[in-house]
Amino acid sequence: MVAVEKDVRTDELVINMGPQHPSTHGVLRVVLKTDGEMCLDAQPDIGYLHRCAEKIAENLPYGQFVPYTDRMDYVSGMGCNMGYCMAVEQVAGIQVPERGEWLRVIVTELNRIASHLLAFGTYGLDTGAITPFLYGFRERELVLDLLEMLCGARLTYSYIRIGGVDGDVPPEFMDKLKEFLDIFPKKIREYNKLLTYNHIFMKRTVGVGVLPADVAIAYGVTGPCLRGSGVRQDVRRDEPYSVYPKLEFDVPVGTDEHGPIGDAWNRYYIRIRELEESAKILRQCVKMISPGPVLAEKVGRVKPPAGAEAYTRSENARGELGFYIVSDGTMTPARVKVRAPSFSNISVLPAIVRGQMLADVVAIIGSLDIVLGEIDR
Amino acid sequence: MSELAAVLPGVLEKAGWSVPGGLVPVLAMFICASIVAAAMGLSAAVLVWAERKLAGHFQCRLGPVYVGGKFGWLQSIADGIKLLLKEDIIPADADRPLFRLAPYLVVLGVFLAFIAFPVSEKLMVADLNIGIFFILAVLTLEVFGVILAGWASNNKWALLGAMRAAAQMVSYEIPMGLAILPVVVEAQSLSLKSIVAAQSGGMLRWYVFQPPFFMGVSFLIFFLAGLASLKRAPFDLPEAESELTAGFHTEYSGMRFSFFFMAEYAGMILVSGLAAALYLGGWHGILPGQSGAMWFLLKTAFLVFVMIWLRWTLPRLRIDQVVYVGWKVLTPFVLACVLGQALMAYK
Repeated sequence: MVAVEKDVRTDELVINMGPQHPSTHGVLRVVLKTDGEMCLDAQPDIGYLHRCAEKIAENLPYGQFVPYTDRMDYVSGMGCNMGYCMAVEQVAGIQVPERGEWLRVIVTELNRIASHLLAFGTYGLDTGAITPFLYGFRERELVLDLLEMLCGARLTYSYIRIGGVDGDVPPEFMDKLKEFLDIFPKKIREYNKLLTYNHIFMKRTVGVGVLPADVAIAYGVTGPCLRGSGVRQDVRRDEPYSVYPKLEFDVPVGTDEHGPIGDAWNRYYIRIRELEESAKILRQCVKMISPGPVLAEKVGRVKPPAGAEAYTRSENARGELGFYIVSDGTMTPARVKVRAPSFSNISVLPAIVRGQMLADVVAIIGSLDIVLGEIDR
Repeated sequence: MSELAAVLPGVLEKAGWSVPGGLVPVLAMFICASIVAAAMGLSAAVLVWAERKLAGHFQCRLGPVYVGGKFGWLQSIADGIKLLLKEDIIPADADRPLFRLAPYLVVLGVFLAFIAFPVSEKLMVADLNIGIFFILAVLTLEVFGVILAGWASNNKWALLGAMRAAAQMVSYEIPMGLAILPVVVEAQSLSLKSIVAAQSGGMLRWYVFQPPFFMGVSFLIFFLAGLASLKRAPFDLPEAESELTAGFHTEYSGMRFSFFFMAEYAGMILVSGLAAALYLGGWHGILPGQSGAMWFLLKTAFLVFVMIWLRWTLPRLRIDQVVYVGWKVLTPFVLACVLGQALMAYK
């Protein structure tokens, strides 16, 4: 008998996922520690898209920073425009005319629809279904056409300006918007049939990446990800800004109907429900909007008083977007800080990824719906 | 092939070429092999185009429209030329001999399987008396190629893809092989020719419609397991694009990559054709008396269409779910079918 020396041992496999990887939604790098198909740890490594946006803001007149905000959360640029403009208006004491506020809500809600449609489509891609992506894009195209009518741009709008919006809508805009709102509910039912209640899709997402409410709050997760965990938190409702107090809408939260609260499916489904809610808001806006000026008069060069500071919260498609501005009395802000929702949302990844399968990592990252432009700024 | 070998001397004489008698079977072999290779390559090309076109329409798009005028029917030729002209990259740390060998093994498995492919009574390279057994045996060569490709690439994603392929193949070869048994029991033969011949006499004589549907269930199982062994969606985990970038063929480029591609599409035709021959009456038509290669091709095309349809509709399963379905769902069901069919034959 030959003595067998037992020197066979297994190591953890460290895999570098990204920054060039189809499912990291941009240039995110995740360092995965795996044991075969099991994922033991995942550390997100960010910074590949850092452009010093906040530092740039400190060197530009207030108005000129608006186009940069488009490039933060480039999937819902209107929301970023609005967040920044609200902060500047507060710091400089500018009043936005009524119609300007209505138009702002209309465009941000439209942009939220476009953003959630993209999230829906790419989540299909992440779980291996390719067709929902193009279904989502079909309707997203209509939304982008609408936004294009307003400002000529389809992704980086800069339509919302300090003191209101860039210009009034063209006459045919409202009819086109109504047309879109008429067909949209039917399309949402189509998405649900194709993907949401697909058996395989539910097998892949229900119970995957469960994010308990207390963990979510501890990590500062906001937006659909937090609501998926069952926390009814929405800045539009809790601290209403613009004309949101006049609007009626629900804040959908995760349920345990199909699986645990806070799983990937719930996070995904919140976005589908929010499509309906945004459409509801838009229907009210179309009815309630009245003619008038859209941009505050004599905004000119913004020059807030020295020492003035403001922090504004707004509900962007991905969660709570905060802008903190400090003025030193000159034409450029002394300090600008952005609280980007995706940044907090991706930070929760290591906490919920442990013990999941490799394929689930992709499903979890997809369900967090991150935009790297916003994380790195 | 034997028929070809029989008529070949006459043809050669007419053409005025003298070939020693001993060489005639070899020549016949060469001709058959070239025909199979050409048919395989061509059908794969047609299928790539068909899939792109169908996928386009499933997704509210047009699919290819420009190359070759209408319908973009030359698209796959253009793609093929592009792939031929691409640089063939072998990663620096790859195991070069194995890396080069892998694509050939993959194609070889499918290519050999076409030898016993029963297009019609006459159109068949060889009617082996163990035809179906032979096909299943050579098809397993493909998994060697896949594992080698994943291993030799020296890439972690490719390795994961290869491991997935291994787990998946092992899980699905078994239900696939067992699903054939009820048919074999009923036809009392492993030869595809006799299995198809036993289903003559109209649609109701097809094995899939034979009560009490043991063979109907095993048809479904065979088709699903076939999808899994082809690594087609929803079982496309070994190359799961969104997870493993491209799985086992991540590092392949140019013509070597297209070998994997071609093997997949030829495999689709193979599995669909086998299912058509085993369960759907092969070259027999819907009404009694109808027969011909046309029917076989129609049924094959329909099953291929179903595969494409599934791919562009369904999300992807996870590896544990795939293995679970293979062992705990398909295998018990197919075993029950085999047992039931065997008991019926015993009676």
